[in-house]
Amino acid sequence: MQPDIVVIGGGTVGAAVAYGLAMRRQKVLLLDGDDGDFRAARANFGLVWLQGKGLDMPAYQALTRSSTELWRGFSDELEAESGIELFLEQNGGLAFCLGEEGLEKRRLDLLRLHNQRGGGEPDWEMLDRAALERLLPGVALGPKVAGASFGRRDGHANPLRLLAALHVALLRRGANVRHRARVNRIEPAGADFRLVLNGETLTAPRIVIAAGLGSSALARQVGLEVPLRPERGQVLVTERLARFLPLPASGLRQTDEGTIMIGATKDGHDFDVSTTTEAAASLSRKTTEIIPALAGVRLVRHWAGLRIMTPDSYPIYAESRSHPGAFVAICHSGVTLAAVHASLLAEAIAEGSLPDTFSPFHQRRFDVPQAA
Amino acid sequence: MTAPHTDLLIVGAGPAGMAAAVTACSHGLSVRVVDDQPAPGGQIWRAIETVASTPRLARLGQAYRAGADRARAFRSCGAVYEPQSELWQIEPGFRAFLTRDGQARSVTADAVILATGAQERPVPFPGWTLPGVLTVGAAQILLKTASTVPERPVWIAGCGPLPLLYMTQLLAAGGQIAGFLDTTPRGRASAALRHLPAGLRRAGELAKGLAWSLALRRAGIPIIRHVTDLRAEGDGRVERLRYRTEDGREGEVTAEVLLVHEGLVPSIHVPLALGCTVEWHPAQHCYVPLLDGWGETSQANLFVAGDGAGIGGAEAAEPRGRLAALRVATRLGKLDAVRAERAAKTERAALARALALRPFLDTLYGPRAQVFAPADETLVCRCEEVTAGALRARAVEGRPGPNQLKAFTRAGMGPCQGRQCGYTMAHIVAAAQNRKVEEVGFFRIRPPLKPVTLGELACLDQREPAA
Amino acid sequence: MFRKLHNPGSATVTIYIDGCAVTAEAGESIAAVMLRQPTGWSRTTSISQSPRAPYCMMGVCFECLVAVDGKGSLQGCLTPVRDGMRVTRQQGRRSLSA
Repeated sequence: MQPDIVVIGGGTVGAAVAYGLAMRRQKVLLLDGDDGDFRAARANFGLVWLQGKGLDMPAYQALTRSSTELWRGFSDELEAESGIELFLEQNGGLAFCLGEEGLEKRRLDLLRLHNQRGGGEPDWEMLDRAALERLLPGVALGPKVAGASFGRRDGHANPLRLLAALHVALLRRGANVRHRARVNRIEPAGADFRLVLNGETLTAPRIVIAAGLGSSALARQVGLEVPLRPERGQVLVTERLARFLPLPASGLRQTDEGTIMIGATKDGHDFDVSTTTEAAASLSRKTTEIIPALAGVRLVRHWAGLRIMTPDSYPIYAESRSHPGAFVAICHSGVTLAAVHASLLAEAIAEGSLPDTFSPFHQRRFDVPQAA
Repeated sequence: MTAPHTDLLIVGAGPAGMAAAVTACSHGLSVRVVDDQPAPGGQIWRAIETVASTPRLARLGQAYRAGADRARAFRSCGAVYEPQSELWQIEPGFRAFLTRDGQARSVTADAVILATGAQERPVPFPGWTLPGVLTVGAAQILLKTASTVPERPVWIAGCGPLPLLYMTQLLAAGGQIAGFLDTTPRGRASAALRHLPAGLRRAGELAKGLAWSLALRRAGIPIIRHVTDLRAEGDGRVERLRYRTEDGREGEVTAEVLLVHEGLVPSIHVPLALGCTVEWHPAQHCYVPLLDGWGETSQANLFVAGDGAGIGGAEAAEPRGRLAALRVATRLGKLDAVRAERAAKTERAALARALALRPFLDTLYGPRAQVFAPADETLVCRCEEVTAGALRARAVEGRPGPNQLKAFTRAGMGPCQGRQCGYTMAHIVAAAQNRKVEEVGFFRIRPPLKPVTLGELACLDQREPAA
Repeated sequence: MFRKLHNPGSATVTIYIDGCAVTAEAGESIAAVMLRQPTGWSRTTSISQSPRAPYCMMGVCFECLVAVDGKGSLQGCLTPVRDGMRVTRQQGRRSLSA
C-alpha cells in the first residue's frame, strides 16, 4: 500500500493525528520508534486538564478548552472504533492547596489567567476546606489542607488505554502501524518525501513529524528549526485500592484500575530517565500531607518520563514553507490535546494546510531574526 | 542525617554472600550484609541454624548439613549483618535503600556485591494460579523452615535435580507422593551424555542423583515420563490434574497439591534496574549479567556472585563470592593485586570444578518447548491477570517490543515486576514475530525493587517541615 | 493442604487469621501457617477476585500478600509469626482504611 501520509512517531500525539487522518479516509502509515525510546506516552499522568494552563498564551488556553470540550465525543468514537474503554471522567478536578497562603496564591494565579482570557464565565472556583470536605466524603484530609481550586471542565482518562486504543483503531481502519521503525533521514524526492529507515526506504507525498524529542533532527531536514529540550517528570504509582477518591487532582489521582498516581516532578533537563529516591520521598511526603491515610499504601512502580518542552513550553504545529506537505506536531500535553489532534489538526492536515487558528503555534515564533 | 557507611555492601546472605563477607572481612574491609530472610543460609540452607540442633537435620541430607559451618563462620566474621531487611533501591555511588520492620533508611558503600541468588523458572500452564499449585522449591522451604509437608499424597511435575532431592527428603520425613510427572523430553539423556566426560569430575554429584532416582523407584512412586502438557483444574483450588505425554497418552488424576519445577533462573532484577549489561545464556535459557573474571558487572564496583551470575549451585556460589570480595579488597587498597591473583587461582579452580557438571545438567533438564508456549487461556502475568492469548494477539500487530506490550496490556506492571511473566512474554513476542528471544529484550525494571509504603518514603524526605 | 510434622511444644504461639485463633510455631512464616488452614486461599485478586495462595515461598511471586495488625499487603512468606498477631486475608482491592 502506498500511503497518502506517513506519521513519524507512534506516541499519543502521533497516534492521535494518525487516527484522525485514518478516520478521514487517508491511507496512513504510522512509524513507531524502538522499544527502549524515551516515550513520554508511556510516562503520562492521564489528566484531561484545563485549570491553570496557558499563562501568557491565550491561544493555548483556548485550544485546551476546545480539546476538553471535544474529548467526550472523541472518547465515545474511539471506544467504539477500538473496543477499548478509556475511562474518561470529566466531573471536575482539584488542585489541593496547603496553608491559607497557598490557597490565596492559587486564587491569584487563576484570576490572572482568567483576566488574560478576556473574561467570560469562569470555569473554576476556589473551595475552602469545608467545601472541599463536602466534595470528598470519606477522604480524611491532612491538617495543612486549606482548600483547593476546582476546575469544572477538568477530568482524567487512562493514558495507556488511550495509546492502545489509538493503535488498535488505526489498525482496524486499515492503517499500517509499525513498531521499531526508526526514521534515520528524510529526503525530498520530487514533490514527495523519501524516508530512510534501517534497511529500507519509504516514499510519501505528505509526512507528519510527531516524534517527541526526536523531532528536532527530523524537522531540520524539511526546513523547520524546532528547538526542544527535555524536562524530566517522575511519577509514582501505588498498589490498587478500592475507589475512594471521586475526583482527580493535579498531581494526585486514583485511576480506573484503583492505583494512585502521584506526580509529576519537574526536576531535570537532561536526556536522563533515571529516577531518584529523593523525588519519591518528596512526592510521598506531599501526598501524605494531603491524605495521611495514604502513608500505609505501597508504591509499586516509580518511573520518569521526559516532557517535550519548547522554549515557551507551548505546542508547535507547523507546515514547512520550504517543503510543503511536511508538518510537525509537538507538545507535552498529548492526552488533554488528543481530541484536538484527532479532529481539528488531523482535518487541517488532511486538507493540506493549517488554518489561522493554528498560526500562534507555528515554530516561527522562536526564529531569531538574522542580523543584516 | 548521614547514612551509615561500609566499604562493602553485600546483598544476600546465602552461600555467595556469606563467603564474600568472610573473605572481605579477613582482608580488613568493613562489610554490611543485608538479607530479606530472618537467618543466614539463603534458599539452600534455609533455617539451617534452627534445624541443625534438631533430629530433623538428618532427613535433609549432607549438602544441607554443610550450611551449619558456613553460617557459624559468617556469624563470627565481623560483618554487620542485617536480616529481614528488604532492599528496594540502589542509587549510583552507592546508596542503598532498605526497609526493616516498616522503617526505611539508606546505607552507603564503596562497592556492592549482589548475591541475590536465583528463582525458580516460572512455568505457566492453565490452572497454575489455583491455590494448591506451588513450586517444588516452595515445598522444600516449607519442609526446612516450618517442618510442613503436603497433607495427602502429592503430585510433582517437572524435571531437574530439585524435584528428585525434594522427593527423597519428603519420603524421609514421612510424606507421601502420589506420582511424578517427569517433563524431561525424550532423547535428552543421550544428548546430555556427550557432556558426561567433563562431568565425571563431579562423580559424587552424579552418584547422588542416581541414588535419588533409585530411592524413588524402590519406594514405588508412579513415574509418568515425557509429559508435555499440564493442566490444573478445580473450583477455587486444585481438584484434578490433566496431562499429556509426548506420545499422546492422556491422563486425569485427582490432586490437592501440585508441585512444579522446571529449573532455576538467576535473579536479574537488581542488575537490570542498575543498568548492568546482561547477555543471553543459551544453555540455561535466561539472561545473565555480563561479568569479568571477578564477577564485576558493566558498572564499576558493582559485582554479582552466586546463582545470580548464572546457575551453578552452592559450590559455585562460594568461590564466586570470594572472587568478588578479593577484587573489592584490591580496589580499596587492602590487598595487593599479586596476592589477589594468587588467591583467585584457587577459587577459579574450585569454580571450574563446581561447574563441571552444569553442561550435562543444562542439557538433560533444559526446559521443554511447552514452558515457553502456554495455551492461549493461560494467565501469563499472575499479578495483572493477562493471558497468553492477549499477549499473543497484541504481539503480532505492528510487532511491538516488550515495553510497548507492557504498556498495551499491563503485563509486568504488578507488584512482582515481571518476575513471573518476563521470560514467557519474551518468548511469546519472539514466536509471534519470528525473532530470536534474545533479540526481543526484557521489561525495563523500575524501582522500587520491593513495594515500599508511601509513609516509609515520606520519612526519608529531608526538607524542612512545610510552614 | 499441608500439615506440620511435629508439635512445636514450648515454641507454640497463637495468631489470629480473620479473627480465628490458630496455633503456629514461633519463627515460621505467616504463609506456611496459611497453607495449613482448611481454607485453601489466602487472598483474592484485585482484578477478577480469584482466590490465590502462596506459590513461591521466597518473596518473588507476591501471591501471599496479607494484612498484618492493620498494615496491608505484606508478603506473608517473608513475615515470621509473632504471638497475638492479627492476620487478615485481603479480598480484592485494599480499602484505604484497612
